[in-house]
Amino acid sequence: MIVRIMGEGQWKLTDSHFVELSKLDDELLAEMESGDEAGFHRTLGALLDAVRRLGEPLADDALEPSELILPSPDASLEEVREMLSDDGLIPG
Amino acid sequence: MSGVMKRMGMIFRAKANKALDRAEDPRETLDYSYQKQLELLQKVRRGVADVATSRKRLELQLNQLQSQSAKLEDQGRKALALGREDLAREALSRRAALQQQVTDLETQHSTLQGEEEKLTLAAQRLQAKVDAFRTKKETIKATYTAAQAQTRIGEAFSGISEEMGDVGLAIQRAEDKTAQLQARAGALDELMASGALDDPTGIAKDDLQAELDRLSGGTDVELELQRMKAELAGGPSSGQQAIEGGTSPSQSRQQPQDTPRFDKQ
Repeated sequence: MIVRIMGEGQWKLTDSHFVELSKLDDELLAEMESGDEAGFHRTLGALLDAVRRLGEPLADDALEPSELILPSPDASLEEVREMLSDDGLIPG
Repeated sequence: MSGVMKRMGMIFRAKANKALDRAEDPRETLDYSYQKQLELLQKVRRGVADVATSRKRLELQLNQLQSQSAKLEDQGRKALALGREDLAREALSRRAALQQQVTDLETQHSTLQGEEEKLTLAAQRLQAKVDAFRTKKETIKATYTAAQAQTRIGEAFSGISEEMGDVGLAIQRAEDKTAQLQARAGALDELMASGALDDPTGIAKDDLQAELDRLSGGTDVELELQRMKAELAGGPSSGQQAIEGGTSPSQSRQQPQDTPRFDKQ
């Protein structure tokens, strides 16, 4: 499975890592919905670290779509909320 | 309930699919997308240049403020040596205000440097992806039959459009941050121009310097007189008692050696 960290690139992970990532991902969503900015940043940092630690970086010229996409480390809770809204921040 | 990264992945994919669905002939989509990629690449490069320009401007202002701060410290020391604690206090309080500006600018400088590095990497990544897409696009077009190409077009297009979304967002954020910082840098330029912050070139004399010059000038005259009197009397010169810094004003503007400088190209 391929995961993109926005602003950093893509990582390839095996499906067995998905359980750990999924748990953190659910936590992240809960913190975002409750507006817990500090918790959100803590969990996002842990999630990004896990992807970088467990994954294999994909070459820059690989043209593969990512299954999962994570915000950049310095993204604010509000920005991520915007991105998840219908027409969000994402150009295109 | 799906988490953040799953939902973001779905949003990106939905955007790519929507763009593909609009096209009657997928080959047109490939060409159109390639044009868009080149435009974005240009925009990112311009963004890197803009951020670098802002960073250099901040470095210039930092250097000016730091030399002004060093000058005030020097004046404070000189005033103290001349026994004028009131002048020394004034010089040091002005210096404290300048140091606050320096601290703010240093924070902004590191923010801009971070943006510049991120954008430079984004530009490199996008360039590699655009090159790969061009090759793939030509291969798909050359061997095109609607049925077999559809999947491959979808993959290549999703891969590149996701990258474009990511880089597009990075450039938007950098532009926002740069605009904010430019406004603050502009305000500082105005302060310097209006004289609210002293002219860092040191050409125009500030009131502190004028007072110090007057004091040390007077001291110089006294010392010279003493020296002449001693010479006439044939005794030893007592001019050695000159206080440190009681010489020419130009010396008071020398930079201390430990002033940090920003000279990143």
